[in-house]
Amino acid sequence: MKNIHVSTTLNGDEAEFVCAPAETLLDALRNRLGLTGTKEGCGTGDCGACTIEMNGRLVCSCLVLAAEAQDADIATVEGMATGAALHPLQQAFIDHAALQCGICTPGILVAAKNLLERNPDPTDTELRYWLAGNLCRCTGYDKIIKAVQIAAADMRGA
Amino acid sequence: MQYIRPRTAAEVSHLLMTGDGGARIMAGGTDLLVQLRSGMIAPKAIVDIKGLDGIACITPEDGGWRIGAAVSGQRLGEHEHVRAIWPGVVEACELIGSTQVQGRCTMAGNLCNGSPAADSVPALIAAGAVARIEGPDGAHDCAVEDIPEGPGKTSLRKGEFLSSVFLPGRPAGAADAYLRFIPRTEMDIAVASAAVNIELARDGTIRLARIALGAVGPKVVLVQDAANAIIGSKLEDPALKALARACEAACNPIDDKRGTAEFRTTVAGVLARRAARIAMTRAKERAGENP
Amino acid sequence: MNIPSGSKQEFKVIGTRVARPDGVDKVTGRALYGADFTVPGCQVGLILRSPHPHAIINNIDASAALALPGVKAVVTSADWGVPGDEGLRDIQDNCLARGKVLYDGHAIAAVAAKDMATAKAALKLIRVDYTPLPHVTDVDAAMKPDAPVIQKGRADESVPQGSAPNITHYCEFGHGDLDAGFARADTVIERSFTTAATHQGYIEPHACLASYASDGKADLWCTTQGQFNVRELCAGIMGMQASQLRVTPSEIGGGFGGKTTVFIEPVALALARKCGRPVKIVMSRSEVFRATGPTVSSSMDVRIGMTQDGRITAGEARLRYQGGAFPCGTVDMGAQAAFAAYDLDAVRTQGWNTLTNRPKEAAYRAPGAPMAVYAVESVVDELCQALDLDPLEVRILNAAQAGTRSSYGPTFDQIGLMATLEAAKTHDHYHTPLAENQGRGLSCGFWFNFGGNTSVSLAINSDGTVGVTEGNPDIGGSRASISMMAAEELGIPYDRVRTVITDTNSLGHNDVTDGSRVTFAVGLATIKAARAAIQVMCARAARLWGIDEDAVIWEDGAAKPSGPNAGNFEPMTLAEIAAIASETGGPIAGHHESNAEGAGVSFGVHLADVEVDPETGATTVLRYTVFQDAGKAVHPDYVEGQMQGGAAQGIGWALNEEYIYGADGRLQNAGFLDYRIPVASDLPNIDTVILEIPNPGHPYGVRGVGETPIVPPLAALSNAVSRAVGVRLHELPMSPPKILKAIMAKE
Repeated sequence: MKNIHVSTTLNGDEAEFVCAPAETLLDALRNRLGLTGTKEGCGTGDCGACTIEMNGRLVCSCLVLAAEAQDADIATVEGMATGAALHPLQQAFIDHAALQCGICTPGILVAAKNLLERNPDPTDTELRYWLAGNLCRCTGYDKIIKAVQIAAADMRGA
Repeated sequence: MQYIRPRTAAEVSHLLMTGDGGARIMAGGTDLLVQLRSGMIAPKAIVDIKGLDGIACITPEDGGWRIGAAVSGQRLGEHEHVRAIWPGVVEACELIGSTQVQGRCTMAGNLCNGSPAADSVPALIAAGAVARIEGPDGAHDCAVEDIPEGPGKTSLRKGEFLSSVFLPGRPAGAADAYLRFIPRTEMDIAVASAAVNIELARDGTIRLARIALGAVGPKVVLVQDAANAIIGSKLEDPALKALARACEAACNPIDDKRGTAEFRTTVAGVLARRAARIAMTRAKERAGENP
Repeated sequence: MNIPSGSKQEFKVIGTRVARPDGVDKVTGRALYGADFTVPGCQVGLILRSPHPHAIINNIDASAALALPGVKAVVTSADWGVPGDEGLRDIQDNCLARGKVLYDGHAIAAVAAKDMATAKAALKLIRVDYTPLPHVTDVDAAMKPDAPVIQKGRADESVPQGSAPNITHYCEFGHGDLDAGFARADTVIERSFTTAATHQGYIEPHACLASYASDGKADLWCTTQGQFNVRELCAGIMGMQASQLRVTPSEIGGGFGGKTTVFIEPVALALARKCGRPVKIVMSRSEVFRATGPTVSSSMDVRIGMTQDGRITAGEARLRYQGGAFPCGTVDMGAQAAFAAYDLDAVRTQGWNTLTNRPKEAAYRAPGAPMAVYAVESVVDELCQALDLDPLEVRILNAAQAGTRSSYGPTFDQIGLMATLEAAKTHDHYHTPLAENQGRGLSCGFWFNFGGNTSVSLAINSDGTVGVTEGNPDIGGSRASISMMAAEELGIPYDRVRTVITDTNSLGHNDVTDGSRVTFAVGLATIKAARAAIQVMCARAARLWGIDEDAVIWEDGAAKPSGPNAGNFEPMTLAEIAAIASETGGPIAGHHESNAEGAGVSFGVHLADVEVDPETGATTVLRYTVFQDAGKAVHPDYVEGQMQGGAAQGIGWALNEEYIYGADGRLQNAGFLDYRIPVASDLPNIDTVILEIPNPGHPYGVRGVGETPIVPPLAALSNAVSRAVGVRLHELPMSPPKILKAIMAKE
């Protein structure tokens, strides 16, 4: 087993790491790069806790090989805030109690951000289907949907 | 294990030939990585085909469209022209997995995975899509319906891989539709599915039809009797009933954790009926747009 | 000093919707959960699990695994002693099988290795010699006299002589003359029901990191609902003194009862002790499903008599639960909760628990209650249909109230059932017309709520801020509500308080975060700790003023003379007293330790509207409203969150969630693909109506709210679906094939 050297862009910064050929991008993010905000809930793409953006598209980082990150543009929850200023979605989740245990929150925030960049004014139904790959077991989704809509309105106004 | 990202089809083929069965093709990886993690497969090499020229392109060809093997579901969904003529194929492909999986999954992978419940396969078969297969002796074409052979099995031979899928051009007054049944609204494997592709004659009757069912047997089935049941009709009630009966008769499903054989059979008929109605509505709209 | 006692009515902080203290950490990815810790030199721990549902372990040969480079240790149950205490022994045997494997996924051995790939390779090299035994996974089959015997001699003293060998527990509750009651009824309906086992489905898998030094001192970091319980169990299993093991809880990614015990924690400690290096174990999702706590599955008979005008004359329930391969007392709570919503002259519930070849049951939100209440509320609904009565009016007519002798014994104090029923009756949800293929269901729900052992420490910082230290992992926003109660009692702004959850060495014992106890019991202890600190602050002011301590009161965050007779002094604020504490006697703090009582039961009523596709049996939940008594909602957002989250879990249970075992006794759906928890697009908005009927047992009237909301959805959905399709369903989950079959059988 020979490790692979990978150069990538991570939350806007150049980053380099080595990884095993079979290693997932999720494991590389967490174990090689120290970004543990991206969570593993299932390892099979069924829960969305490991959601990140790769070249502008949402992916489950558990279903991406770390080696595939070569020359890619990767964005994780750690890159959402600008300095100390939270992203409007992050602020809305706090203000409107859209999280309980918080384990699904990073994945949901990344997924919601990606949607609002494509569709700044989604219907609740569009939002619910977009987020169907992000399981939340605490909230019943109600406050998540409302918080995203509040953030979306805020972002449209901004 | 090795991770290899070749630049040419010949290299890929060579790796598949020399890897003594231990090399696996990766496009979106959404099935491959699950199998890898569970220990179901332990390949010696993963051959990532995303570095091949044109592999992630959607290109016009003879009035139809060639979809590269690395085109993700989401990219296909963003392509208005493909959606305009093959709405059923596009909606089927968009049903594969979650938004996150859509960012990676491909129709080619869906097809090569060999699952009888694969969402895009019934729609591709109903559409009469043709797969381009690269191999040690170069490229050749193969009807999509000839690729699945059973659960996890395809007709691809050693050294071969699928590089694109061709969706033919079609006249106005033609359309397709795909429906599947899942217990939830998302994130499930189809318990039964139906794809209907029709072409209308000038008088509005169905001139040509192809109907394929998923998850009701060891592989996706093209049901000629079901097509015959609606050809020449305008989908009046007796035709729809005959369609559903023909679909039910073509089912040979199993009882499993996702549904009973009885349920799959009944629902396959229901879905075929509903998909036929949707395809008819779309075909009429297209006929009206392009008389 | 003089502190007002009894129920407080006016609040400044309680009832507001402040930002939670852990919010920023959790939206930025900074919060550290179980799998997020690491330490230098950490080894990967991995567990070998049984592929058999029931088998004798003849031999475990780990020599080949140990010979693999990079493998540091292998442990089996032989690395532990055999505890005398049965309960502890069962927990230990569940962590690593001793002599026999009792279910598919039962842990057998564990390996510590330098990395995951080596650990995986090592597991494959461990040779286990099994003799497979006949197995049974179904509750009714397991209760037959000739069923395969899972463990011999495990019946407790409650089980009548001559019972089937797998029955471990029997219970009975009730009062009155059943025969006379049924004789008075105009209609009697008796039905049998089954419910599948469901999993808590927390998104965070179990994870822990153990470090064990050669001098016997150990540290354990883990995701848990109770670090003190983890310490007690691990120390017992490892044969350690509690003082030598410090357990620090991480942020917890959901638990719902499932993280109230140990699975991997003692194993990681055993590996760490054996290999002399820290060891981290993180479960895979399939391990979570195969080997951690689902709730019980059940088979139940319910018989209820009703007069033509809707008065229930008698109710009887026989509940048969299985809680896996170890004795389980969950049926007690089901038997007590079944008829709790009703004021009955004659009621009897009986419960049996049986062993099966399934994983050891772990608590799941209101353990035992949802299924029992489902069966009772289904029969009540069918009676309403049979007698053409309004189901809400019938509940109101029969509702338990203050003074009602409950079906399980105690007489109710102030309870909120009637208020929730009346709120549902006047809500527009109940009066909105339904279309074809649609149905509306309702159900009452109940949970006891618990108090329990609690320790809280509250420090007055010299800058006038306050630190609260508590020992109950925050599973749904409790740090916010604890800070709010401290701020309320002290009379200072919320943002001056920070609450942290600490390790096992920093406080007295705290029971697990369960039983909906934290906001009630930790809140109560926080209020009392604040009062203790207030007493000190009043004494300091009294000393400065040269007046008697009793002549000082605490008001609006300041010490004041109690009246003109006490003297004329300017009030001293908390910050002013804190600033000069070192000159008036030293640091100021308060603490409180007690076994809290007076939790106050909780009732809820749920309304569900569904539409069923008559051709496929697919159910769409159109509208859902939860009405619940919270006593006093400390942070209404998080009370609503509990109501919504519980409802969503109950909806999943009702429609699609189930443990599916094959004829081979193996779990067929150990993943989120086929264990179908509701996704965002499955659910409508879940509306909430909070009622506040104060709990006399809490100074602010607080009742626990977390568990009650999972109780009503099962029957609310079943009643709605049954009304929508015109045929009564008696089995959960109501997956589409079952509904379609029922529809087709009707036609």
